[in-house]
Amino acid sequence: MSIEILMPALSPTMEEGTLAKWHVKAGDTVKAGDVIAEIETDKATMEVEAVDEGVVEALLVDAGTEGVKVNAPIARLAGEGDVASFDTPASPAAQDDVKGGPAPTAKVVPEATPARHPEQAQSAVSKDATTAPPKLNGSGDRVFASPLARRLAQAAGIDLKSIQGSGPHGRVIKADVDAARDKASSFAKASEDRPSTAPARQHQTLEQQGIPAGSYDLIPLDGMRKTIARRMTDSFRDVPHFPLTIDLEIDGLLAARTKINAMLEKDGVKVSVNDLVIKAVAVALKRVPEANASYTPDGIAMHHHADIAMAVAIDGGLITPIIRAAETKGLAAIAAEAKDLAARARDKKLKPEEFQGGTFSVSNMGMMGIRTFASIINEPQGCIMSVGAGEQRPVVRNGALAIATVMSVTLTCDHRVVDGAIGARFLGAFKALIEDPLTMIV
Amino acid sequence: MDFDVIVIGAGPGGYVTAIRASQLGMKTAIVEREALGGICLNWGCIPTKALLKSGELYEQLSHLEGFGLSVTGKSFDFSKVIERSRGVAKQMSSGIAFLMKKHRITVFDGAASLEKGAPAPKVVVRLKGGEKTSLTAKHVILATGARARTIPAIGLEGDGDRVWTYRDALAPKTCPKSLIVIGSGAIGIEFASFYRALGAQVTVIEALDRILPVEDEEVSKAAHKAFERRGMTFRVAAKVTRLSKSKTGVSVALEAGGKAETLEAEVAIVAVGITGNVENMGLEALGVKVDRGHIVTDGHGKTNVAGLYAIGDIAGPPWLAHKASHEGVHCVEHIAGLKPANLNAPIPGCTYSSPQVASVGLTEAAAKAAGHEPKVGRFPFRVNGKAVAAGEMEGFVKTVFDGKTGALLGAHMIGHEVTEMIQGFAVAMTLEATEEDLMATVFAHPTMSEAMHEAVLDAYGRALHI
Ligand SMILES: Cc1cc2nc3c(=O)[nH]c(=O)nc-3n(C[C@H](O)[C@H](O)[C@H](O)COP(=O)(O)OP(=O)(O)OC[C@H]3O[C@@H](n4cnc5c(N)ncnc54)[C@H](O)[C@@H]3O)c2cc1C
Repeated sequence: MSIEILMPALSPTMEEGTLAKWHVKAGDTVKAGDVIAEIETDKATMEVEAVDEGVVEALLVDAGTEGVKVNAPIARLAGEGDVASFDTPASPAAQDDVKGGPAPTAKVVPEATPARHPEQAQSAVSKDATTAPPKLNGSGDRVFASPLARRLAQAAGIDLKSIQGSGPHGRVIKADVDAARDKASSFAKASEDRPSTAPARQHQTLEQQGIPAGSYDLIPLDGMRKTIARRMTDSFRDVPHFPLTIDLEIDGLLAARTKINAMLEKDGVKVSVNDLVIKAVAVALKRVPEANASYTPDGIAMHHHADIAMAVAIDGGLITPIIRAAETKGLAAIAAEAKDLAARARDKKLKPEEFQGGTFSVSNMGMMGIRTFASIINEPQGCIMSVGAGEQRPVVRNGALAIATVMSVTLTCDHRVVDGAIGARFLGAFKALIEDPLTMIV
Repeated sequence: MDFDVIVIGAGPGGYVTAIRASQLGMKTAIVEREALGGICLNWGCIPTKALLKSGELYEQLSHLEGFGLSVTGKSFDFSKVIERSRGVAKQMSSGIAFLMKKHRITVFDGAASLEKGAPAPKVVVRLKGGEKTSLTAKHVILATGARARTIPAIGLEGDGDRVWTYRDALAPKTCPKSLIVIGSGAIGIEFASFYRALGAQVTVIEALDRILPVEDEEVSKAAHKAFERRGMTFRVAAKVTRLSKSKTGVSVALEAGGKAETLEAEVAIVAVGITGNVENMGLEALGVKVDRGHIVTDGHGKTNVAGLYAIGDIAGPPWLAHKASHEGVHCVEHIAGLKPANLNAPIPGCTYSSPQVASVGLTEAAAKAAGHEPKVGRFPFRVNGKAVAAGEMEGFVKTVFDGKTGALLGAHMIGHEVTEMIQGFAVAMTLEATEEDLMATVFAHPTMSEAMHEAVLDAYGRALHI
């Protein structure tokens, strides 16, 4: 079966680009990972790598062709076994005869046929060619699939959106679901013990990467390590995330904390900066509820409560116990709960419901002297806040240099649900609360 | 290079391929040694349908009383029946000449052969006038079709007089009084049906144990009965050992169930399959792979020789005009670097006898053999309102579904004009419909097609009118 190589998108918004250069020609054998072409847009140049192994059957778009639409076929690869039985030099004809690419500038009528009803030929080809490229079905809301394919996918528990359709207009047909199911089952076998659900990456041993055996000790992966590896890999790869950083002056907050702790001393409660941050986050989420949300394929989940997960470093990893409905709780309650959860987390005594779930995470590395950092989204939450160290820094006040205690926080946002403006509004609300802590209690 | 594509043979495979190639902007030529339209238009699909219509109308004259009508002195003029059929063929063939012109396809009147060349074999055409011309192209597509298979060793060989192949049977001088048809595939059965309608004594001999052996067994059985009702006789599981000519006609020796028998008739029609036109084209010298009279191709019509393709009857069964066209379109679209429609789309097959037979996809037995657990539905026309009103109550519709997935695996019909109905199931199968979609489809009332709906419902125990 031949495989079509499609025009890749260099950015989510890219619609077309220039096929700048081919690195292969018809007849060449390519391996996965080989650079086969260079694509240019007004913003960038990128190398296109072969994903499959095979023999280049035909280049469908000439080097230098502009305006090649994303997902248009640019070359055809003969898969294994294709060429074996027929000694024909894999049809270079395709490129001579008809440019299969839908590019409006692509030549359609071969030179041998001057001015023969070119409109007709052109429309026939470009129409066919534009309908030809199989699109990944996830792009739109509606998945085009045959009734039988739908039923088979459902029975096999395969998401239709994850399948590339090979039918007319990229429709998913039975053969595609069968292929996906076969692939899934062979992959499942191969990856039983893999930490990631990612499509299998070529696994290279350390030796292959120049680190000789015997020069290190191997610590077996335990359950927590595997979970961290899997969840973080999935999130970092699949969630379109971006960081927003803001500086907060916390002299007022520190003063308030001293007063509060003096008041609570008799109750044996001590409020930390982290507790104040959690309280401020909960209140800010109430003011900007769009930041307390999760992306799901069915819609945006707007959470009713601010269930704040706090990252706690423990032996061999970390865990994120949750302070539920933090927006309904007073500072003393939050402080007491946080202390108890952290202690039991270190003893590994948390119940699953105490660390599963949560709508927003806070990770604080201030006490370790980290100034700023950007955490990885804790799926399915929309945001995670990374809290840096409070330290004395020069600030400019009324045109003059002054000293203030400043703490930087970075909000990592899932762009599918929290856009930059929402993140900024949330940080604005949070800053107002931290810099004027009295407002937290009203 | 003279052309982008040269197509050899202008049957439904070749001429459709040429049109599609031209639509795709390729400079295209077609070579035909006989008549545009190939077997299909000149000596196959179309002229047989013209004859069968005459036969059907004539047969209906005998049933008019039931409708309150009467005719007296019914008769036919055989030469006019043949003349009409030839006229229809001619009309269709000249239509192809117009299409070639419209699509600016260069037509060469002559026989083509191939010589070594690159990137594709050279095409040498011996023109009608006798002179030769040599053409080059990037791609050469063979669509030279097939002809009747003969077995001379036992006398199964046309002589244009007493022993006919389909060409003779399409244009004889007189209508035989008695006829033996050897082979009960679509072609044999259509001729049997036509000549029986005009009053000939017809016996059909079939080597396998049932007539129309590619059809579902239930359909074969129903067809057997329906034809017997019309006065045809059959010998199934019967092996012809010798066909010889006698003074009055032919005698056919056969063996059935261990017993020998000899049948006599005025004429015999040999319809024991077809064989590809692979000779005298230089295929051996090029080393083109040929297997039992057919050219071997890959999934896109490519042969083992660079630049050479083969489609249609010459590339193997099923020997059907629409299969030839489908393959041809697929082949040139693939050459053009497009992504053509599935080559293995379900291909309906029709027999235009009276009653007609039509089917698509797997028979019940084939479905079982392929490992499916079929769910089967049936609905007879005898309880279909339109069929009763029209007096066409013979036959039924049968559906075969995959019990697990609800995929429609096949559909089989026998009855009046079922060849026009099978298309509904072919569309459904191509779109990968399940029983649910077919159940949800609204069928117009009253139509014979409602029996299709009911046959679907019946497979799931939900038929409404039975
Ligand atoms: C009596 C009969 C009834 C039929 N009824 C039906 C039917 O109802 N429905 C159906 O689908 N099919 C029917 N068929 C089958 C159908 O006719 C064939 O499947 C179809 O014609 C195949 O098309 P093709 O283009 O492959 O070949 P053909 O139609 O056989 O065309 C091949 C052409 O190539 C030409 N040719 C051969 N060699 C050369 C050469 N060296 N140089 C130049 N030209 C050459 C021939 O002259 C011919 O015109 C019937 C066949 C017969 C005999």
